[in-house]
Amino acid sequence: MAETTLTHSSPMARPDGWRGIATDWASDQRAFKNVSWGKAMMWIFLLSDTFIFGCFLLSYMTARMSTRVPWPNPSEVFALRIGGSEIPLILIAIMTFVLISSSGTMAMAVNFGYRRDRRKTAILMLLTAALGATFVGMQAFEWTKLITEGVRPWGNPWGAAQFGSCFFMITGFHGTHVTIGVIFLIIVARKVWRGDFDTGRPGFFTSRRGRYENVEIMGLYWHFVDLVWVFIFAFFYLW
Amino acid sequence: MVDVTPADAVPPAEVGEMELYHPHSWWTKYVFSQDAKVIAVQYSITATAIGLVALVLSWLMRLQLGFPGTFDFITPEAYYQFITMHGMIMVIYLLTALFLGGFGNYLIPLMVGARDMVFPYVNMLSYWIYLLAVLVLVSGFFAPGGPTGAGWTLYPPQAIMSGTPGGQDWGIILMLSSLILFIIGFTMGGLNYVVTVLQGRTRGMTLMRLPLTVWGIFTATVMALLAFPALFVACVMMLLDRVLGTSFFMPAIVEMGEQLQHNGGSPILFQHLFWFFGHPEVYIVALPAFGIVSDLISTHARKNIFGYRMMVWAIIAIGALSFVVWAHHMYVSGMHPYFGFFFATTTLIIAIPTAIKVYNWVLTLWRGDIHLTIPMLFALAFIVTFVNGGLTGLFLGNVVVDVPLSDTMFVVAHFHMVMGVAPILVIFGAIYHWYPKVTGRMLNEALGRFHFWVTFLGAYLIFFPMHYLGLMGIPRRYAELTDMNVMTESAHHLNSFISIMAFVVGFAQMVFLFNLIWSIRHGREAGGNPWRATTLEWQTPETPPAHGNFGKELPIVYRWAYDYSVPGAKEDFIPQNVPGSFAPSREPA
Repeated sequence: MAETTLTHSSPMARPDGWRGIATDWASDQRAFKNVSWGKAMMWIFLLSDTFIFGCFLLSYMTARMSTRVPWPNPSEVFALRIGGSEIPLILIAIMTFVLISSSGTMAMAVNFGYRRDRRKTAILMLLTAALGATFVGMQAFEWTKLITEGVRPWGNPWGAAQFGSCFFMITGFHGTHVTIGVIFLIIVARKVWRGDFDTGRPGFFTSRRGRYENVEIMGLYWHFVDLVWVFIFAFFYLW
Repeated sequence: MVDVTPADAVPPAEVGEMELYHPHSWWTKYVFSQDAKVIAVQYSITATAIGLVALVLSWLMRLQLGFPGTFDFITPEAYYQFITMHGMIMVIYLLTALFLGGFGNYLIPLMVGARDMVFPYVNMLSYWIYLLAVLVLVSGFFAPGGPTGAGWTLYPPQAIMSGTPGGQDWGIILMLSSLILFIIGFTMGGLNYVVTVLQGRTRGMTLMRLPLTVWGIFTATVMALLAFPALFVACVMMLLDRVLGTSFFMPAIVEMGEQLQHNGGSPILFQHLFWFFGHPEVYIVALPAFGIVSDLISTHARKNIFGYRMMVWAIIAIGALSFVVWAHHMYVSGMHPYFGFFFATTTLIIAIPTAIKVYNWVLTLWRGDIHLTIPMLFALAFIVTFVNGGLTGLFLGNVVVDVPLSDTMFVVAHFHMVMGVAPILVIFGAIYHWYPKVTGRMLNEALGRFHFWVTFLGAYLIFFPMHYLGLMGIPRRYAELTDMNVMTESAHHLNSFISIMAFVVGFAQMVFLFNLIWSIRHGREAGGNPWRATTLEWQTPETPPAHGNFGKELPIVYRWAYDYSVPGAKEDFIPQNVPGSFAPSREPA
């Protein structure tokens, strides 16, 4: 059967224009060359997830624009009293900084993963997880603060009831994503640390052999969660 | 294989052999199986089982409509619950699950020449979460207050108010939870289907050589991955409205003289979210049917599909356009009239690619060697039924015609024709076509023909009269059609007639089920390729295909899927894995 892997003695004339584009996309075996199954799957999942967050944010914007009751001012609601003065959005700024930093450590982990540096990869992934957990922790703090001030999903002291509904729903959904990410970061970090990707040890549930690319796929998810946060930050807190 | 000339050169394998999970016990082989074929059968059986529930519900509704006041146990509340559950089950838990989970799982790996789906474990989880979703849905029947009676569209505010069955009980909560589970489960499977088609094909299988079945299922899955998120979000938000008392969809409302807690929400927002999912959903059900019917027609007319490339582009165009037509379901919702103008235009544009497909099916039949096998009968029935339902779609797509017809039986007739009967006819045809591959035996021919004629003619006798009822102004969703000016004597008779026909057609499905079970043991031995078809699933070394599908070597594809009756060839079909130097091809360049 190996005979069929002949070299292309006569490279087919490549069609131009739209037809060429279609031919490229439709090409043999794989539409995206050099993209593994796992990576393709993650990208497509993230596309689907984008639609979920997009729908959440659009619904929130609809609610905010159509309400006839004033919307609470985010820079006052999300202010912290530090050293006797109200600093608007300080906690959110720190949270955003932490989360974006975690994207940096994640990118470094991917880099060291491809260099087969198990120790540094695992440490950086755990650091990423720690930053993620810090983010969730600060979010819990923020929720607690708002709840003690009387914000509920069904109402709040300052204006439109949808403020609390959207806030808890969107940040809750995003926080869940971060939490899931932290859990999987720890799982993958453990695999890296143990050398599963070097020895080709099959996964416990899937019985699939992992590769260092899994670190990068994990990273895709993590960067996505960060990127979504940037949009939430812009549309919910800065608007 | 023997010598292969340079003309047959196929690029070398880009991906190494897939590592399959080999089951160690009966449980991992047949129950918690990671084999897409077993998962497909599990999906199909579950979907059929829940579909039977929907069938019984439709009987109960017809009893009430055809013979009002005769059956005391069908209260108006019960009627609304039947209607809601019937609609939801048919659209989501039967049609979507069967086409994508059932046919998708079985056919995609086989047709693209893969060992299995790319992530069998995730694929298995997909089924079990789907099963959980079905169980949660069914538990609604046993919950206090019964299942929700909000109509399958679940429009707020009524869906979560006390006047609606299940609105303030468990019904709506279970329905929304079940939908959320379904979407999670579907996403797991859907990612598999998409990645398998894009990245998991065998050597030589370019996208433009895929059988149209795979194109239909693939495009529908992509659409589902982009459309279900809107439903997911809508379900989450309504669940919060119901459980936590938020007001996403709930405006200020007075119920029974009492001001509710809700304030400032937008019911229209729900409609937008729902139909952003709901309209693509129509094509999520229709596109696999389009694809499968193309293959049935080509195989059983022994002729290549007419205009393969255009068929592919039409599928893609329909898929893309279906995302910008959703508000044609909302002409009477009170949105801005200019929206209606926009959405009517886009809706009518969809008729163009759809018409291309219909013409191509007809032109494939033109001067073909038509074998009136049962799959072919169902395929032909699909074409006429789909044209029928499509034409009434043009009526309803225009704002001025839609407004008076809205919420009448005309709408019921339209969508049952176009997305109820038509896809189900394809499902039947597909089952008669692929049953021999799944079980190794043919379905009984006589029972099959009986099933076809009763189903096909019966479906017309049920839904055709509904058009007239609708034009007379008889509303849908009314539990009792008695004391109304529009309900003339003859309309009553027609209603009773429809109900009787519903029972007849339902009975024919029992015959079909009997056939399915009986033929597993007693059907005629089918052999590997009873229809003399070209696609890869018929070229497997074993029938039914073993785990891993293709034995030692994966097949190599040298041609498109439609080399039927090629002039100069010995046989009237040339399988896709026969090199070009052995037999000519009519594949378009």
